[in-house]
Amino acid sequence: MGLTVQPDPASAVSWNPQTQEGWITTRLDFLVNWGRANSLWPMPFGTACCAIEFMASAASKFDLARFGMERMSFSPRQADVLICAGRVPFKLAPVIRRIYQQMHQPKWVISMGACASSGGMFDSYAVVQGIDTIIPVDVYVPGCPPRPEGLIYGIMMLQKKVMEERMSNAGLRDELMPDPTSQLYIPPSRIDELSEPFGNSVHQTRSAP
Amino acid sequence: MTTSKEHGTPTFQVVYPGQPGDAPATLRNIAHRGGAMNPSVDALRATFGAAILRSEVVWGDTTVYVERAKVAEICAWLQGDPSQSYEYLVDVTAVEYRDAVRAIEVVWHLRSLKFRRFLRLKAELPKDGKTPLAVPSVWAVWKGADWLERECFDMFGIRFEGHPDLRRILMWEQYKEGYPLRKDFPMRGRFSRSEQLKQALAANPEARYSMEELSISDAFEDLPTDMRSRLLGGEKTGE
Repeated sequence: MGLTVQPDPASAVSWNPQTQEGWITTRLDFLVNWGRANSLWPMPFGTACCAIEFMASAASKFDLARFGMERMSFSPRQADVLICAGRVPFKLAPVIRRIYQQMHQPKWVISMGACASSGGMFDSYAVVQGIDTIIPVDVYVPGCPPRPEGLIYGIMMLQKKVMEERMSNAGLRDELMPDPTSQLYIPPSRIDELSEPFGNSVHQTRSAP
Repeated sequence: MTTSKEHGTPTFQVVYPGQPGDAPATLRNIAHRGGAMNPSVDALRATFGAAILRSEVVWGDTTVYVERAKVAEICAWLQGDPSQSYEYLVDVTAVEYRDAVRAIEVVWHLRSLKFRRFLRLKAELPKDGKTPLAVPSVWAVWKGADWLERECFDMFGIRFEGHPDLRRILMWEQYKEGYPLRKDFPMRGRFSRSEQLKQALAANPEARYSMEELSISDAFEDLPTDMRSRLLGGEKTGE
């Protein structure tokens, strides 16, 4: 099964296969991560064309079940990874925040596509400029929309990230508490930096704060 | 049972271009301006006189400019009069031109299914600073105007007087930045991104809709008898 890991020589337990029953040693966090990484249940949050590609990824040809994503969790309470596929307008911002808060730890977020990652071409008054201004994101998948291969690559990157988690890393799975007055979890100046127009965008003046 | 005699002769006719029976006009073969005017315009002039300001035909569709205050009255007549019978309100919207003086136009698209007619009504709201951005609501004529007028109010800030529930419909109700489709509205909004996000996150996602909108209590009297008895018995309707 590939479960055995060479133990650290300092903490190694000596054993003699000739005299003892067979048993294996492993690090506990390796075992836990192995279990988590291969049973990531996705919570699809599909708002646009990326969701079509996501459905294609989940269907038989690309078959997300190969990665332990056997079923879509349409309840955030039974999901491990939130896949935000598509643009998020400001009106949906409290909704996706609420869904993220309803998910149990451990939880991860994949931002699928250009719009979810940065607002994409919708640099307008109505669209959130990247969902990382609302919830923490683990993997960004570029593309407009990304092909299923792209999403699968992102999922495999997330699996790799899960495998690298260590229990000694205290606070890794602490729930992120947003600022109670503003409901933001990163400073406003950082949000403005993240949302700066880029590329060929036209700078416009603002009249209020 | 069909006989070979019934299938004997073809029932279709060969139609030549430009001849009677030709396909309906498309943008390829109709003029940009001018053409046959919708006969409702003459009827409107005969009925309302000076309230009908002017009319034109653009791409085969008739546009009538009417006086702002008379809109509801004119629409009620167009819908109710048997000779007009515009029973379908297609759209209510508005146009603002990138021009400091040209008036904002409110547009109503009407269709008569009975006579196969299309009519576009327009009312002008001059940008002189004195004219209020308001037109009479046609909700009493077509109930379908409810959300169309709310959308127009949301995007342009035009008040529809007499509308029973004039609230924002696309943007959330606490939206403070103004009216997004107005020409003086910056494309990215008036506030900074962090401020926009702060205001959006302050909203309670479950408080958007009033219970009246979601409940069927208002429609209870219109429900079938068996459904009413089931609801009164406390049975759940299923989800």
